[in-house]
Amino acid sequence: MRATAIEKIYRMGDMTVPALRGVTLDVYAGEFVAVMGSSGSGKSTFMNLVGCLDKPTKGAYLLDGDDVSRFSRDQLASARGQHIGFVFQGFNLLPRTTALENVELPMLYQGVARKEREQRAAEALTRVGLGDRQGHSPAQLSGGQQQRVAIARALVNRPKLLLADEPTGNLDSATSVEVMGIFQELNDQGLTILLVTHEPDIADHARRVVVFKDGLVLSDHQVSRRKIARDEIAALKASAS
Amino acid sequence: MNLLASLRTALRALRKNKLRSLLAMLGIVIAVAAVVATVAIGEGAKAKVAAQMASLGSNLLIVLPGSINTHGVSTGAGATQNLTREDGVAIERELSASVAALAPINRASGQVIFGDANWSTSIQGTTPAYLDVRQWALESGEMFGREEDAAAAKVCLLGKTVVDKLFGDNNPIGEQIRVRHMPCKVVGVLAAKGQGSWGQDQDDLVVMPWTTLVRRLNGSQADTVGQLMIEARSPQMIDDAQREITALLRQRHHTGEAAENDFQIRNLTEMQNAANEQTKTLSLLLGSVALISLIVGAIGIANVMLVSVTERTREIGIRMAVGARGRDVLVQFLTEAVLLATVGGAIGLGLGSGAAKYMAVQAQWPALLSPPVMAATMGLAGLAGIIAGFYPALRASRLDPIDALRFE
Repeated sequence: MRATAIEKIYRMGDMTVPALRGVTLDVYAGEFVAVMGSSGSGKSTFMNLVGCLDKPTKGAYLLDGDDVSRFSRDQLASARGQHIGFVFQGFNLLPRTTALENVELPMLYQGVARKEREQRAAEALTRVGLGDRQGHSPAQLSGGQQQRVAIARALVNRPKLLLADEPTGNLDSATSVEVMGIFQELNDQGLTILLVTHEPDIADHARRVVVFKDGLVLSDHQVSRRKIARDEIAALKASAS
Repeated sequence: MNLLASLRTALRALRKNKLRSLLAMLGIVIAVAAVVATVAIGEGAKAKVAAQMASLGSNLLIVLPGSINTHGVSTGAGATQNLTREDGVAIERELSASVAALAPINRASGQVIFGDANWSTSIQGTTPAYLDVRQWALESGEMFGREEDAAAAKVCLLGKTVVDKLFGDNNPIGEQIRVRHMPCKVVGVLAAKGQGSWGQDQDDLVVMPWTTLVRRLNGSQADTVGQLMIEARSPQMIDDAQREITALLRQRHHTGEAAENDFQIRNLTEMQNAANEQTKTLSLLLGSVALISLIVGAIGIANVMLVSVTERTREIGIRMAVGARGRDVLVQFLTEAVLLATVGGAIGLGLGSGAAKYMAVQAQWPALLSPPVMAATMGLAGLAGIIAGFYPALRASRLDPIDALRFE
């Protein structure tokens, strides 16, 4: 994906609030980028634009060669369904709906047949280690398990880009590391990941860190000492025993 | 998203809130039940009125002698003696195209006696065509024939009430009774006909040949008849028959061009029309009540759907984030509304049919459930669902995914 000189201006009554003031950023296939910044830095606005939830006021956003800034509402929805997978801080699973049905949801809007939906949803759940929890509703799952269901849901349409907005914000540190482990594994398998976080510890799991401030990119560098979740888990286990 | 999938999704959503779904569809349930029951009851009542009319003899025309005006003083109907059996014979002979059967009737009243039992009843003298004209069946025995009428034979048929009073449970066929002073042999019993439309007992009578009544019982040599009962060939021919009979009788009675008829013809269609008009008014009234409750039901659904959309804003946001287009969300909520309405309609259909059947049993009329009306009502309920669901669904589909996701 390529974002060029993106601006986003919100109108609040008579005032106009510029949230992004010209951001240019390229993310290539297979990258694992962490976007950091304090609240109000514009990183959430940037995520919404990258996730095709919104259109920029100015500038161009190319997703796999298509200029999303010219898309209609329906085209945006199709782009989200086909190319983007979302993982949110609050999990955002449908309540009183089983894990399997939650994971089936994105395929419902791509016209995937029922049998294939169930099969692919079950595969995705197995991939995040929840193959035996298909029939559980979110209320019956722990926070980490809920986030893994959300990851399975994000993966099920084989997206080009996985967007994770503070995915560990509601999780304890051990579970956070487990979830980051899943992201690293997926990235190793070739999935492009864009992660928004304000915790440096979490950002260090990515390969590249972009820092936003006041609607502009402040810095953009490769992670020098990358944390590997697998090793951290092993260390945690060792110290516990 | 295909139709089946949205149907399943809608069904699941409604099942999650059973009580609310039930309350939402209550209005439609009542409306559809009211429509179905109303129409069935109205039709049943109409059928009962029609059956009552038919029991008098459908397609029936009654010719009565008219009044005459002497020196400015009019007598009442039937005061004249100018309608004769010959008139009847002429009508039968000349108007056979429109007239199916004709029976002259003279009435008398008197005591009938058998053994130590007696009963005062009405006595009708007529011809064998009487049973056809009045569409009356025999319970047992047989009708007297033309020969018996010609010979003024002392035979008679008894109505059910008279049989009960004189014979109780015994068989009256072949027994000799006395009608006033005249001994008379019972040859048949008329099937029970029940009450007439004005509450009179139609079974309280004795029927005997016209000549027997007039010549023997009344001792009269006159040919005048009390009335002619005429059955037209079909309900559509009643008007034709009436016109032809009028022309024929005027000709036979040598009535001048300007003079009024010296007889009257009555038919029952006017009464039937009045009764139908009444049922129609009642149906219209109940129908409008049903329509209003359908509107109220639709408002109920719209209300619940609006609340549901607000409450499920986050769900809508999630669905949009994973690729649902505006129209997917629209279809989803519209499907829910239509499903509420049609399920409510189906329940109402069951309740309404039940109520109609219960009413039919209570009021002893046929339960006439009209499938077209039921289908139309269901269609209307579905339409109410679409109309009621459209605005809430449109609102849901126009939500901004970012705002919807942030909604708490």
